[in-house]
Amino acid sequence: MASHTNKSAINGGRNNRSKWSILLWVAPVAALCLGLVWGRYPVKLTEVLLVLAKYVGLPVTGEWSSVVETVVLHVRLPRVLAAMLIGGGLSISGAAFQGLFRNPLVSPYVLGVASGAGFGAALGIIIWNQPVMIQGCAFLFGMVAVGSAWLMSKFYRASGSMIIVLAGVIVGAFFQSLLSLVKYLADPDDKLPMIVYWLMGSLSSIAMKDLYTVLLPMGLCMVGLLMVRWRLNVISFGDEEARTLGVEAGKLRFGVVIAVTIITASAVSVSGIVGWVGLVVPHLARMLVGPDYRRLMPASLALGACYLVVIDGIARNISAAEIPLGILTATVGAPFFAWLLGKGRTGWA
Amino acid sequence: MGVVLTVSNLTFAYDGVNPVWSDITLEVHAGEVLSVLGPNGTGKSTLLRCMAGLHVPSNGQVTIEGNKIEKMSRKEIAQAIAFVPQMHTPVFSFTAIEVVVMGRTAHIGMFASPSTSDYSIAEQAMETLGILDLAKKSYNETSGGERQLILFARALAQESRILLLDEPTSHLDFGNQARTLVLVRKLADQGLAVVMTTHFPDHALGFSERTALIADGTLQGYGITDEKLNPKILSRLYGLPIEVCTLEAGDKVCIARA
Repeated sequence: MASHTNKSAINGGRNNRSKWSILLWVAPVAALCLGLVWGRYPVKLTEVLLVLAKYVGLPVTGEWSSVVETVVLHVRLPRVLAAMLIGGGLSISGAAFQGLFRNPLVSPYVLGVASGAGFGAALGIIIWNQPVMIQGCAFLFGMVAVGSAWLMSKFYRASGSMIIVLAGVIVGAFFQSLLSLVKYLADPDDKLPMIVYWLMGSLSSIAMKDLYTVLLPMGLCMVGLLMVRWRLNVISFGDEEARTLGVEAGKLRFGVVIAVTIITASAVSVSGIVGWVGLVVPHLARMLVGPDYRRLMPASLALGACYLVVIDGIARNISAAEIPLGILTATVGAPFFAWLLGKGRTGWA
Repeated sequence: MGVVLTVSNLTFAYDGVNPVWSDITLEVHAGEVLSVLGPNGTGKSTLLRCMAGLHVPSNGQVTIEGNKIEKMSRKEIAQAIAFVPQMHTPVFSFTAIEVVVMGRTAHIGMFASPSTSDYSIAEQAMETLGILDLAKKSYNETSGGERQLILFARALAQESRILLLDEPTSHLDFGNQARTLVLVRKLADQGLAVVMTTHFPDHALGFSERTALIADGTLQGYGITDEKLNPKILSRLYGLPIEVCTLEAGDKVCIARA
């Protein structure tokens, strides 16, 4: 029988997989180094490696100026790490949602988290104008928006994942209009520009302490999503079929929505609204490793981290004045997505 | 052989008020095929879904091997019951082996992925059905007949005792319909309890020990196929004159005289 050759073909697929998994470990490290070297102040790769080695406590000897150390550790490192965390977080969230809602066109913002967070941040800006309150409000209202969408979808009692997506659209539109109201009321010389810049998204003001605040919740939720990645395969066949295969679809759905909401609300609260990453990167990852969530989730995480480091690198280096990150992710992301669709090998056509 | 699934006095209403059907009582036996017949829209698939615990009945009880289904976890139900849905198109194009190995989900932990032995079971299931050469093929690019077999392989990999088939022959050509029914018969002969919904009385006559007839919101008959599927009952069920003829080899076929 032909079974022998077939089995070797199946194993061949697994070897191919391990080649990718090595790249997925190497690429983020390379991106980290690139992000630290790349900038207006010239720093050599060797200097970056030495400074990093010393930073993590390795006994290294070498000479570098204190300016280099400041630039690498205090200016670029927080920013590059934030880009990696946010890029990876948004991408893995987008990948999870695309399977959960059985729709390759949803982004992690589909349930209204970005609109809610935008309103929250604007409110924080006009009332307190303190970073802690702005971040706190953005996170809180991001969660409130998704919570409302979830409750609304339960209220309709209709089954299917479409209803919660629609509820998310409704809640998003509602918070958009509240945001417009706050903008209208905001002082146009002072507060309004702040709101507008916040909405464009940026990593320019990020500090290590911001990272420490969001690292734990984001990290835990990302690990959680990675742990259920086999079940995401199953639930992409629909809730009913997943149930017949032994998955508690409702609980899984609830857990994934909570995890994605915490990740995206945390990310948005420190970076403002960075669009397109969570939509584009999962497709890119799917092109590289296929639709199987066991490979897609780690691949989305790694690629998203690299992608945002590169985009943020462009944002801070392309001109003397920094370009807001959200503008670049959209101007790069939209044509890139158009190209991806044209490729036709996105794995869901 | 023994009763593995019972449906007693079952009533179901989507809106909680107007029942699709009510007061259905029947038993599913190991090693037998039970056909569920009835006109379009009488709730055959709904009954199958209730048996799989996908719908909560308004009244009555489904038990699996003596356990009330509402007290069982999804995992326990899936270990007992495999459900082969009607044709569906997944959003993402998994390979056939990945689809088949999903049948192992009920046997692995919440945070686990299928192991090498789960893959062996999946490959074994595909080999049993003679479709191992489809393993690396994209599921979304397979034909209707191949897809049906892949879903059967997934159900086999699930290693359950009860098999629920929702119109297993719809979307299949004449040859694949016959092949599917022979396969269903073989699986029942190996000891599985099979329930299938169908639009064809011939399929019930040729391949099932028992038949349940649903129309007008109630069970119109349940029992040994040969006794229940007579011209009188069939004519009433479908609302037009139907003859049941016996061929020389002893097989029975239905002909509608519209």
